[in-house]
Amino acid sequence: MSDRSTDRLSVFKTYKLYVGGKFPRSESGRVYEVTDSKGNWLANAPQSSRKDARDAVVAARKAFGGWSGATAYNRGQVLYRVAEMLEGRRDQFVREVAEAEGLGRSKAAAVVDATVDRWVWYAGWTDKIAQVVGGGNPVAGPFFNLSSPEPTGVVAVLAPQESSFLGLVSVLAPVIATGNTAAVVTSEKSPLPALSLAEVLATSDVPGGVVNVLSGRTAEIAAPLAAHQDVNAIDLAGADEVLAKELEIAAADNLKRVLRPQPVDDWTAAPGTDRMTAFLETKTVWHPTGALGASGSSY
Amino acid sequence: MAKEKMTTAFEYAPAPESRSVVDIAPSYGLFIDGEFTDAADGKVFKTVSPSTEEVLSEVARAGAEDVDRAVRAARKAFEKWSALPGSERAKYLFRIARIIQERSRELAVLETLDNGKPIKETRDADLPLVAAHFFYYAGWADKLDHAGYGANPRPLGVAGQVIPWNFPLLMLAWKIAPALATGNTVVLKPAETTPLSALFFADICRQAGLPKGVVNILPGYGDAGAALVAHPDVNKVAFTGSTAVGKEIARTVAGTRKKLTLELGGKGANIVFDDAPIDQAVEGIVTGIFFNQGQVCCAGSRLLVQESIHDELLDSLKRRLSTLRLGDPLDKNTDIGAINSAEQLARITTLADRGAAEGAERWSPACELPSAGYWFAPTLFTNVTQAHTIARDEIFGPVLSVLTFRTPDEAVAKANNTQYGLSAGIWTEKGSRILAVANKLRAGVVWSNTFNKFDPTSPFGGYKESGFGREGGRHGLEAYLDV
Amino acid sequence: MPTTAPHALADVTASDSTLRRFLHGLPGVDAVGLEARAASLGTRSIKTTAKAYAIDLAISMVDLTTLEGADTPGKVRALGAKAVHPDPTDRTTPATAAVCVYPDMVATAKEAVAGSSVKVASVATAFPAGRAALDVKLADVRDAVSAGADEIDMVIDRGAFLAGNYLKVYDEITAVKEASGAARLKVIFETGELSTYDNIRRASWLGMLAGADFIKTSTGKVAVNATPANTLLMLEAVRDFRAQTGVQVGVKPAGGIRTSKDAIKFLVLVNETAGTDWLDNHWFRFGASSLLNDLLMQRQKLATGRYSGPDYVTVD
Repeated sequence: MSDRSTDRLSVFKTYKLYVGGKFPRSESGRVYEVTDSKGNWLANAPQSSRKDARDAVVAARKAFGGWSGATAYNRGQVLYRVAEMLEGRRDQFVREVAEAEGLGRSKAAAVVDATVDRWVWYAGWTDKIAQVVGGGNPVAGPFFNLSSPEPTGVVAVLAPQESSFLGLVSVLAPVIATGNTAAVVTSEKSPLPALSLAEVLATSDVPGGVVNVLSGRTAEIAAPLAAHQDVNAIDLAGADEVLAKELEIAAADNLKRVLRPQPVDDWTAAPGTDRMTAFLETKTVWHPTGALGASGSSY
Repeated sequence: MAKEKMTTAFEYAPAPESRSVVDIAPSYGLFIDGEFTDAADGKVFKTVSPSTEEVLSEVARAGAEDVDRAVRAARKAFEKWSALPGSERAKYLFRIARIIQERSRELAVLETLDNGKPIKETRDADLPLVAAHFFYYAGWADKLDHAGYGANPRPLGVAGQVIPWNFPLLMLAWKIAPALATGNTVVLKPAETTPLSALFFADICRQAGLPKGVVNILPGYGDAGAALVAHPDVNKVAFTGSTAVGKEIARTVAGTRKKLTLELGGKGANIVFDDAPIDQAVEGIVTGIFFNQGQVCCAGSRLLVQESIHDELLDSLKRRLSTLRLGDPLDKNTDIGAINSAEQLARITTLADRGAAEGAERWSPACELPSAGYWFAPTLFTNVTQAHTIARDEIFGPVLSVLTFRTPDEAVAKANNTQYGLSAGIWTEKGSRILAVANKLRAGVVWSNTFNKFDPTSPFGGYKESGFGREGGRHGLEAYLDV
Repeated sequence: MPTTAPHALADVTASDSTLRRFLHGLPGVDAVGLEARAASLGTRSIKTTAKAYAIDLAISMVDLTTLEGADTPGKVRALGAKAVHPDPTDRTTPATAAVCVYPDMVATAKEAVAGSSVKVASVATAFPAGRAALDVKLADVRDAVSAGADEIDMVIDRGAFLAGNYLKVYDEITAVKEASGAARLKVIFETGELSTYDNIRRASWLGMLAGADFIKTSTGKVAVNATPANTLLMLEAVRDFRAQTGVQVGVKPAGGIRTSKDAIKFLVLVNETAGTDWLDNHWFRFGASSLLNDLLMQRQKLATGRYSGPDYVTVD
């Protein structure tokens, strides 16, 4: 990091993981060097191990009941709060994204703005998606029948490799908007904006464990997540073709819901609802209504 | 008091449905590109009636070469079929639905013969649901723009579908109706023990004038299913069956662009609270585990009963089980038919024996099993805990494991304590408890104060290892659309 | 037959509040499930020998009924003759269980069935509305009993029941039971007016606690009378009551059962719910009039293989 002033030595930031609402180092004690697009050293990032992945899943599972059980309105408030906090730290993220992705300041600013707006978009979805994808079913009998979406559970998210911030938020926000909890693996090359995002999440009323952020070698962290029996789904956005196939095979062991990597040209494009529905289950509840009155009584 | 006591008891005389309403040919071919044809390697297999072990017919056995031929036929048909206006596809499906209704008695008898389930069920449940399913999806074919998947959603292409033996024609309907409505063409493999109703369905497609190659039926074994799933020109795989095979299929399609939906096993909890409508709960328990001899993925195979009413409920349940009538599936008064195959019977027997060996208490009503065919008496186990194999493994037979709980929290915890997540039942007169418990159950279908109800408008499918994707309703379209 | 609440449940009727607590503590009834079970049993296919047995059993269970303002001695005598010999062309046809008439016709009816097994049942207690003072109702009962009635079909005070005055209903039944003396008491709930299945279950237990020998669905005078579902529910009640107290109580669906097919469905309900102990006219009756002729025509069809017609059964 370059010194802005000549008469003062700046304070470096130690980047840490975000697990269960806390900021631990990797249990392995490993870090790896993160550089900008020109190869200049930016920081050391924690290099997560399989045990960090395990801890992240445990934290995500523990947080699932509370987060999925929170009202949709409350989840919307929390996600909107993330946008507010992010807006306040806009300059920091513009700098980090510019450095991470080799963008000029104005392009980086556009990315950060789009990212803030993405949180706002999903904040508004929390209490609407159930109305859009759920509903009553007119069954041919004296039954009330209602289908509602429910979060799948713990979702492992491999964030996109190139779009380290907007891409990451674009895959993370839909997962948690619907009540899932997440273990996110950051862009391997550019983990710093994601690790800083964790600081925003920690101060935005997002309960600890709802989002867990792991940096390191994607393949190394993803393998135990894909095979983990207590992970319900995996988003392979950040996996290449070969890794994606391996992970999908591993994911079959407990029949995880798998979102395969899809080519994304432009992360600023309107997201639609697919990333939410990919990690929603449909629960259909039946209950007798009154009888048909054949006996003169419907009760 | 002069009583006029009748001397004979009210014994129901045999009331067999007429077998002559169905004409089963001595042999059947594969149905590919609108024609019945032999397997490329000439292989055949016999299909038997599970209630008598009588050979019903000899059926061509599809192999990899036949799969390729069928997929090519489906691919060829796809171009025109998918380009047809939805309103035209709809009319084909309406025709099929109507012909199924017309031929429902014949098909019910056929299904009972080939599967072993009681005629009461094929007549009153399977066949009406089959026709209703085609009717329902027929109506969607020209309304896909309004289904919530954006404007002009496109079909995927060729769908490879593998179905089980427990509801042969109904599972065919669940697979084929939405696939055709959305403009896909299909290659479907029925189970090796129940190929006949799918072959009769091929004839219905012919009667309906369905274009050649839109529906292809490949009777065969697991190898044909595996070949179909792995075929590179298949765009969509839909499977209903065991969780083990489902996982194998998920591995097979990994790394491809094939869309996959799986409807797999279950170990459904049927939770009875102390304030349940008790007589209806008993009926629900019976329906939950003895419908189709318990060979139902969403069966309520674990009864979770509140400890305070355990004895009372069990007394009622045993009394009720004693009235079940087991025997000739074609008899209209039969409640419990035959197990589908010797293999399935062996599996049920093994697991039930393990239940006894692990210390659970076994009970069956007095009931005489026929000497020929595959039969298993309705069975319940008490003193079962979560640790027993029979509380964890899917038995897929008429075997109920009875466990107890003390509080709603404990009921929910035990109900969810399984790798499966397909179905659950709740019995209580307290509305808020139903909603609270339903909310916490990790299962795709929750029946409260009822059980084993199905409807084409109602999405069906599991959480966790019970599979993914939904069949039925608007949700069921998604599996066959490129969305 | 005990005339007061059996010992096991004696304290239940100690006060209005204990009675209310007991009745409201009975398991609820899910209407859809109940009707589905009744419908499912209705699909039993009763053929050949079973059908012949069921038809004769049903005939023997009929309370052949005339409850018209226009009833005359002549009408009642004809009814009695028909009850004794339902099919004059076939003397193997069983007699009906009883004839059921208004109190002022009891004496006539007794004469008409004299020497046969056929009982005379009399409605009473200001039938069908039951809206009269208790003394009047009891006088009505005593009148019927003194005229020779073997059985009394009383109606409960539905107003009191719906108002929650369960003890009042209970006391009235016990008073009628006492006034009935040796006559067997059938307690009519008028299920169509109780409106809910939960109420029908409560009324059933209330009636049985008060000493009913039979519980009976309906008067036949309202829009909805006996149905498979409400009869199934009452069969569950007598089954459970005997399990708890050891006391067996009969069931009489009345009104609306017109065909042999319907009657056989009810017998299936009995067979598979309360059980074979109830398959006897001491414990199960049909309150009906036109049903008998349909049973007779079906009986002739089974005997001859030809469909019969209304000209081959008597119009009485």
